[in-house]
Amino acid sequence: MPSDRPKHLVHILAREFASNLATPTLIVDADGMLIFFNEAAEDLVGGTFAEVGEMTIAQFSDTFAPRSDNDDPLPQERRPTRIAFEEKRAAHEEMTVTSLDGVERQIGVTAFPLFAQKDEFVGIVAIWWRE
Amino acid sequence: MRCGGNTSCVEVSLDDGSVFVLDAGTGIRELGAELAERGTQKVHLLLTHLHLDHLEGLRFFAPLFDPGVEIDLWGPRSPVLGLKERIRKSFSPPLFPIDLQDTPAKVTFNDVPNVPWTIGAAELRASLVVHPGPTVGYRISADGSSVAYLPDHEPALAGRFEERTRDWISGGSIAEEVDLLLHDAQYFEEEYDERLGWGHSSVSSAVAYADAVGAKRLVLFHHDPTHSDDRMQELEDEARSFADDDGDPPTIAREGMVLDLSA
Repeated sequence: MPSDRPKHLVHILAREFASNLATPTLIVDADGMLIFFNEAAEDLVGGTFAEVGEMTIAQFSDTFAPRSDNDDPLPQERRPTRIAFEEKRAAHEEMTVTSLDGVERQIGVTAFPLFAQKDEFVGIVAIWWRE
Repeated sequence: MRCGGNTSCVEVSLDDGSVFVLDAGTGIRELGAELAERGTQKVHLLLTHLHLDHLEGLRFFAPLFDPGVEIDLWGPRSPVLGLKERIRKSFSPPLFPIDLQDTPAKVTFNDVPNVPWTIGAAELRASLVVHPGPTVGYRISADGSSVAYLPDHEPALAGRFEERTRDWISGGSIAEEVDLLLHDAQYFEEEYDERLGWGHSSVSSAVAYADAVGAKRLVLFHHDPTHSDDRMQELEDEARSFADDDGDPPTIAREGMVLDLSA
């Protein structure tokens, strides 16, 4: 469900940072909602953020049916966004996904947690690398 | 001098007698003398950040040296040191002869929460805003009126806020639809071009920000120390040229200015 709650300053600055990158970058808040991805991610996602809208990162990830090398579904415990969100640590994984436009792509995903204070987790950033 | 030369300090007083002081720049010295004269025993001091121009007056704030006074001090959290420890640095050699713990007033130090909180009849909100180092803006709402205080703020550094929804604008939650917005407007446009990233706004950006958040009245704040009174008048004229014709025109803050927000 879209949220109009005020965004944390970290999100506002991360969005501006991501907006100026040619690397596909996604921002997730502390509730696990995907709140932004940049223009560079549109090709990989297969749509604009305005078209896709806010949704949980888990829903978003499932949409892409991430698979491992042998084409098995990538287990939750290997998904970088889940690791960064649940375990609050950086993670990276190579995978195959099917974008919203139906195109199959090989990507790498790096995700890391964002802390505004040592005890204030405000979300994660996920970066998608074209393989 | 028509505008005054002190650094940031604003008093917000409520009908019930509560006193809120926004920042402790050099302006707080005179205010302290006035509060002492009024016999004020409780002060809520809200610091936006600890840059020296917002803190340097605290050491000369008369209520701090009165054992009968309680000072309830609020400020932004820092990832490194607590609020008290950070303020204490300015109360230590070689900067000052008296240690903070030796000042007679009863001072409590509070990190601003991430959610609204109340003090007496007032609802307060704080939000981190774009400025170097941990910096917050404040909103005080009481008796049907509201004031937002963002003295050091460069929202343009986080992108074109004019095109964003308010939830994505720095400080949007505290300035939204506010009755009175005190906002950074330190620079003329040509000055801003050379000071991008210094944490302050140009006059056009301040006017655009007020419009973007729906503030009802804008007071231009945090004057550049190199600007004469005549230049400040030009700044106000420039702000008015950028503003819509409807509503109150932007005004430059002047020392001793009193604004009545009675609903």
